[in-house]
Amino acid sequence: MKQKVLENVRDLISLFKDGQKILVGGFGISGTPLTIIDLIAESGVKGLHIVSNNLGDYGMGLHQLFIRGQIEKAIGSFFTINREAVVAWSKGELLIDLLPQGTLAEAIRCGGAGIGGFYTKTAVGTELAKGKEERVIDGERYIFEKAIKGDIAIIRAKKADKLGNLIYHMTARNFNPMMATAANIVIAEVDEIVDVGEMDPEQIVTPHVYVDYIIQTAYKKEGDQYVKQ
Amino acid sequence: MLNNDVRYKIAERIAQELEDGQVVNLGVGIPTLVNAFIENKEVYLQAENGLLGIGPPPTIDQLDIDLINASKEPVTITKGASFFSSADSFAMIRGGHVDVAVLGILQVDTKGQIANWAVPNQPILGVGGAMDLVVGAKKVIGAATLFTKDGTSKIVKKLTYPISGIRSIDLLVTDYAVFSFESGEIHVNEILVDMPIEQLSEKLGITLKWREPVD
Repeated sequence: MKQKVLENVRDLISLFKDGQKILVGGFGISGTPLTIIDLIAESGVKGLHIVSNNLGDYGMGLHQLFIRGQIEKAIGSFFTINREAVVAWSKGELLIDLLPQGTLAEAIRCGGAGIGGFYTKTAVGTELAKGKEERVIDGERYIFEKAIKGDIAIIRAKKADKLGNLIYHMTARNFNPMMATAANIVIAEVDEIVDVGEMDPEQIVTPHVYVDYIIQTAYKKEGDQYVKQ
Repeated sequence: MLNNDVRYKIAERIAQELEDGQVVNLGVGIPTLVNAFIENKEVYLQAENGLLGIGPPPTIDQLDIDLINASKEPVTITKGASFFSSADSFAMIRGGHVDVAVLGILQVDTKGQIANWAVPNQPILGVGGAMDLVVGAKKVIGAATLFTKDGTSKIVKKLTYPISGIRSIDLLVTDYAVFSFESGEIHVNEILVDMPIEQLSEKLGITLKWREPVD
């Protein structure tokens, strides 16, 4: 059995390089691999293309990479809450690719499923359809959206077994299962690691085939926030 | 306070449109308030981040940062609730499996096409699930106060705000009246204030007609 569980998160640092496209799980701060993001901040790699719904919360998660100037381009659905990102974008310091949330999710799913892209009715006739191929299927207008794949995906799950099977925690699941399928290297940050055989096969959401590395999170929930231990 | 009352009035009127057994997605703003008026109905609330079966707001003890709705507010779950990924959630929405989406709107034209995701001359950097919900839900109900703070009507002949999709909404519930959109035309279903339809037409600068009663 390949040793996927790493004792020290720092063993992963050499995986991160300038200019990579990194898929990052999470919706707001929920379901975000905070420990791995801290590592990327520490690594100092630059020019990153980040695929994630938004850029974290103030001072946490991807917001850290943003304030350190490590992000060249953000691909996601909702950056309005990241005010500094909006300012940086208007000054030309940050590139943004805005996609409807469902299109973002489906593009990543396709990326992981070997599909080059898909036609969707979402955004037809809007500003977000500009420059995109349109075709009529059964009398309805659709636009083409290209699949998204990453060099690395960093995801957050509740529990892993040592093979890399994963289950998630409530709405912290969000983009994580698709991202687990859509990158060359997949790193899962989890609350709990158990022996193989201890998870119910009927309940596994992400099968181990997708997961390359597993680390224990350094964060703990306290009330309505995550706190570093 | 007055404005808040109006918002609750709109939410209460929308709740009357919902039927037992429906799967409903409530958007940000006034739509969120609808939740308070559906206690006596068996309606299943969907959150596009990946939950079917939103329950009442949590107590402090129930708070979990990983149990949130699409506005990132903490929620609880009902019996029979389920969690799923965002891809599955939007397949549910785009695939026409959600019965009703209630969406806040900034503008609607007389054909029922809406603008609800961006403001002119502001950077366009957030859309979330707005466009997916407009095209995907079986029925779309718009929720808004009829006039902006400076008295401009939100019903317009031509949208000046960025459009959310080419699909027309079905119903618009405002503080003044309930409107419906069929075959590219706007109709008044019900006036909620003491005002004849002629006066409402004049206020909006649009000739309004009553919706023909359906047998």
